[in-house]
Amino acid sequence: MYQFLKNLDRRWIFLSMLLAVAIPILMRIAFPEVVSKQAKMVFDAVESIPDGSNVLLSFDFDPASEGELLPMAQAFTRHCSAKGHKQYYMALWPLGSPMVDKSLDTIRAEYPDLEYGIDYMKFDYKAGGEAVIRMITTDLRGMFPLDSRGVSLDDIPMTKNIKNIQDMDLIINVSAGDPGTKQWVQFASTPFGITTVSGCTGVQAPQMYPYIPKQLAGVLGAIKAAAEYEAAIDEVYPEIAANPKAQEAKRRMGPQLVAHSLMVGLIIIGNCIYYVGRKRGDV
Amino acid sequence: MKKENQSNGLIWAVVFAIGAIMLIWSMSTSRTGQVWVTPVEHAFTETGVDEDGNAQWASIDAADATVGDIEWTTYSVVPDSQLTPELMESGTVSLSWSRTIGLWLAAIFTLFILSFLVGDNPAYKFAEAMVVGTSAGYVMVIGLWDVFVPNLLGKLMPGLVQSFALPGIEGSHQEFWWLYFIPAILIVMLLFQLMPSGGWISRWPIAFFIGITAGYRMIGYVEADLVAQIKAGIEPLVAFNGDGGFALWPTVNAFLLTIATLAAMVYFFFSIEHKGLVGKTARVGIWFLMITFGASFGYTVMGRIALLAARLEFLFGKWLHFIPSHIDFSFAAHLDWIILLQLM
Repeated sequence: MYQFLKNLDRRWIFLSMLLAVAIPILMRIAFPEVVSKQAKMVFDAVESIPDGSNVLLSFDFDPASEGELLPMAQAFTRHCSAKGHKQYYMALWPLGSPMVDKSLDTIRAEYPDLEYGIDYMKFDYKAGGEAVIRMITTDLRGMFPLDSRGVSLDDIPMTKNIKNIQDMDLIINVSAGDPGTKQWVQFASTPFGITTVSGCTGVQAPQMYPYIPKQLAGVLGAIKAAAEYEAAIDEVYPEIAANPKAQEAKRRMGPQLVAHSLMVGLIIIGNCIYYVGRKRGDV
Repeated sequence: MKKENQSNGLIWAVVFAIGAIMLIWSMSTSRTGQVWVTPVEHAFTETGVDEDGNAQWASIDAADATVGDIEWTTYSVVPDSQLTPELMESGTVSLSWSRTIGLWLAAIFTLFILSFLVGDNPAYKFAEAMVVGTSAGYVMVIGLWDVFVPNLLGKLMPGLVQSFALPGIEGSHQEFWWLYFIPAILIVMLLFQLMPSGGWISRWPIAFFIGITAGYRMIGYVEADLVAQIKAGIEPLVAFNGDGGFALWPTVNAFLLTIATLAAMVYFFFSIEHKGLVGKTARVGIWFLMITFGASFGYTVMGRIALLAARLEFLFGKWLHFIPSHIDFSFAAHLDWIILLQLM
């Protein structure tokens, strides 16, 4: 047994992981989510500002992180739309622009009463990362003379009176790396005190928690927090709870449980093999 | 080596056999890999002009559109669950070949990339090259039209850019517009990198960018990570509730925060040998660091599994139609699948 496990081809582990993820998807295993304090803080940040507030949503991720971050990005969009907030979308990653388009598609399909230019709008991608953030904190038009449709900001009702992002009541950043949440904290929330919440990849999450609560009003770390955020929205908005499309993160928690259990089992087996090997003098 | 090749062959055979069975089964029971769409007509008619002389347009029924109105058609995807034989016979939906080919390409490239887990192979390399090439091309086009044209050419030649590319921008020069010649010159200098001689000229704009970036980042880190984090770390060790009562868990949190911060900092303090009290404190610091790394690893695993789950949902849902695009959570409603898996 020891020899078999010690010399096991790693591709059998890949196969077992594939099955651990695939079977719960095919069997549609899902579990109820309990809303954690972190997810509640993010929910409250969006919920507590008055209806119709200005919210800047920066989607700083690309298709490589879509599976992890798009569910929470869509949850932010639905929550803001249900609250009637004015949504200003932008992306600091060149491939983030198509991610924003997916949210705009959601608004058009699920909230047909909301109108482009009055309730939501999109800025195109600009290169520069932190330099873009730094500039729009003082001069929005200097960086974005036009929206993504090529219309001057002065001709769009919801941007006509916006001078810079200090006019925003909340910044929501969905981040997969650099530029992302760290830059929004460094150049917007800390120096100008703009309330900011973040949804980020699991890799980034432990680096973002120290910013809570003074520099960030809340952080959603990876798909688990996204599922909790969806659950928090469902409690208050039954029409969103009834929408199967709005349960994407919750749906992905079934595979998570099985795959994590497998991972824990593999770590225990790996350690056992190591200790047995050390005892036998193989290591 | 021979044994490994045999193992490779066996794994490939198993993977292909399972894939082929699933594909044939799915194609025989549903419209696997097909994308059906329904046309949506849009029409707008001119209703007059506003006080600025701009034309005003209103949405109308496409059937009422006349010459001079603007009309176009968009296509909405019909979910497989709604695609009935009656609907298909009615002619209101049609098979979209372009989207169907796109779906198959996405599925095939997903499988090509996943095939790397079995071993490096030409299919994986091809898919990898396609991703890199497509991304580079996309980023170049986006950079040109979203940044270079509006933010540089639009400032230097606003009238020309307004007439041929971006009608929304101001057609006249802004104040200090000539300052934009500086980035234009820096761009030209940067291109000298491609010249056989004169490459040194490109070092000047590179030095400029590095200097600017370093300056920006230094300010950000000092303000948000050094000063603000020190400030956030100075917390009262004993916490009280709003009514003045003792708050146990906030107090424990405050103690932990203080001990962890100090212990971790002692670990990175190398001017004193880690012996005695300093050594023991550094040891505590290592433990806190290990807990942080463990949390990071757990989060990373969660992220990677989420990515795999998303791709499998795409393959099983949109491509193979094994699961619907929008899944409900009624476990009992899907006993068919459970029974099927048990039979397998």
